[in-house]
Amino acid sequence: MSLEPSESNKMPHTLPKSITGIRGLDEITTGGLPAGRPTLICGSAGSGKTVFSIEFLVHGATQYNEPGVFVAFEEKAEELAVNVASLGFDLNQLQQDGQIRIDHVHIERSEIEETGEYNLEGLFIRLGYAIDSIGAKRVVLDTIESLFAGLTNQAVLRSELRRLFEWLKEKKVTTIITGEKGEASLTRQGLEEYVSDCVILLDHRVENKISTRILRIVKYRGSVHGTNEYPFLIDEEGISVLPVTSLRLNHPVSSQRLSSGIPGLDKMLAGEGFYKASSILVSGTAGTGKTSIAGSFVDKACKEGMRTIYFAFEESPYQIVRNMLSINIDLRSHLDNGLLQFSASRPTLNGLEMHLLNIMKLVEKFKPQVIVLDPISNLITVGSTSEVKSLLTRLIDFLQNQQITVMFTALALNDNKTEQTDEGVSSLVDVWILVRDIESNGERNRGLYVMKSRGMKHSNQVREFVITDEGLKLVEVFLGPEGVLTGSARVTQELMEKTSEAIRDHALSRKDREIERKRMALESKISTLKEEFESLQEELNKSYIEDELKKSILEDNRKELTRKRDNLH
Amino acid sequence: MEVKEEVWELRLYVAGKTTRSVAALANLKKYCEEYLKDKYVIEVIDLLVHPQLAEGDQILAIPTLVKKVPEPIRKIIGDLSNEEKVLVGLNIRPAK
Repeated sequence: MSLEPSESNKMPHTLPKSITGIRGLDEITTGGLPAGRPTLICGSAGSGKTVFSIEFLVHGATQYNEPGVFVAFEEKAEELAVNVASLGFDLNQLQQDGQIRIDHVHIERSEIEETGEYNLEGLFIRLGYAIDSIGAKRVVLDTIESLFAGLTNQAVLRSELRRLFEWLKEKKVTTIITGEKGEASLTRQGLEEYVSDCVILLDHRVENKISTRILRIVKYRGSVHGTNEYPFLIDEEGISVLPVTSLRLNHPVSSQRLSSGIPGLDKMLAGEGFYKASSILVSGTAGTGKTSIAGSFVDKACKEGMRTIYFAFEESPYQIVRNMLSINIDLRSHLDNGLLQFSASRPTLNGLEMHLLNIMKLVEKFKPQVIVLDPISNLITVGSTSEVKSLLTRLIDFLQNQQITVMFTALALNDNKTEQTDEGVSSLVDVWILVRDIESNGERNRGLYVMKSRGMKHSNQVREFVITDEGLKLVEVFLGPEGVLTGSARVTQELMEKTSEAIRDHALSRKDREIERKRMALESKISTLKEEFESLQEELNKSYIEDELKKSILEDNRKELTRKRDNLH
Repeated sequence: MEVKEEVWELRLYVAGKTTRSVAALANLKKYCEEYLKDKYVIEVIDLLVHPQLAEGDQILAIPTLVKKVPEPIRKIIGDLSNEEKVLVGLNIRPAK
């Protein structure tokens, strides 16, 4: 993520940088703030300037062995310690350990009378003493513009500030100067004129009653840096900046497969399910079972021992667990063994960027392999379509880099002919599953389509999607002469098919018997004829033998006669 | 009434012997001799020698004259060249 400090040492011509330790910022600034130089942090009241600078100091002191001095012009040291205690920073302890020194500079206008010439050597001496006493490498001046309220001689102040920044550079301390945002300029007193190395602008915007914190690097002399507006978050762990554009399309891909938890759906997806680390969109009209598909997917993933986070934007975890039980999906057991985590929040709780940050932070902490966002449609209530799309793009990129499979559910409107989801994310995702109501014969049934599935042969057929007590099932729809039949029409048709088959079977066996009978009749006829023929033959033979017999007897008789006649002579 | 017993405790913060601090001290001494004779104590603190003392009295500008007693605490910054302002600041002369 961040550059190693040694890298800047290797290349003497590059600007040495001081790591802030603020998540995301070191990435945008490619290594931190310019080391040994002043950086101006400006922003309106409540934009996070003090937290930013305190975090810079505390990280320096605790992680990078760079003690720091905090010169507070506005708050007392004790107040400051209490204020940042909520971020988990123990300033009192750090002060005792000599890692941080807080100097409260207080100017009471009413106590001060100005007569004649003066300079701010006293401030220099105090600062110098503080720096030297702990060997500080980092300094924060918060907010130096308070001087302008306490002292009237502007000319002296300006020249002294210029001298102060030069002096800090000579001291080789990395300095943060905070300044309140002015009307036309970055700071009220035009401090940006004096601090020319690095200027960071913090902003706190409220749109549609939802606030978003924004950070922008206005300038950074001698270094490449991200120029966008980066949303950032202040929570119990301090500041996290979310880089938007550092994401590139070069994430590794996997050919490993992941079951959807619905055997029929896996079959539609080339028989094996989704690719690992792919993004899946399940869209459909209200009540088509999007959450059930998500629940089934989560259940399957957990059963295979994968860590899973379920981000719910519509229902509470208890509600989801209860509802899933009704279709025989037991998410409670996964919650109990720690594989599943729920994160439920109303979309309106945060701005979009906060949602994204929260998701990313949770993902980095829990290290899941599968996450579900249910549904993303509600996010549109807190951002415009393009914002939601940008958020999802970044989220998908982030997740794919981490090899996490993500399933979104989205509500599609029925009248929308193109089936495009409101969020316009269907082009971003790898797999798009559409569940649609099919209304006919006075009932609604669910038809499931795989609209797209990158990199695999997938079914182009519509399947009927049935939610049963035992779970989710995909049934092949009945394609009859009347078209696609679903629900009870399908069942009826199936029954009819069965009936006619039985009838056909019956008819078939009757015909067989008929043939058998005919064969038998024929055979008996044949045997009768054969017998007739035999008797006829016998008859014929008989007469023939008789004739022969007669003939020989006649011959004999004649011979006898002849002989007798001869004898007579 | 009790003015007699009151002693002006004055501290002048300087940083080395610059012309400005020398001028400030000279001006201060002149006013004190003139208006607060035998009723004042001047302590000169050189912050180059004792930098740790700057924090206690919230010193930013140099030179700074701090009047601790009598109350209220007052700080007069600069080379004290404007006599009028110094006298008002030291509560020697009421503000007009």
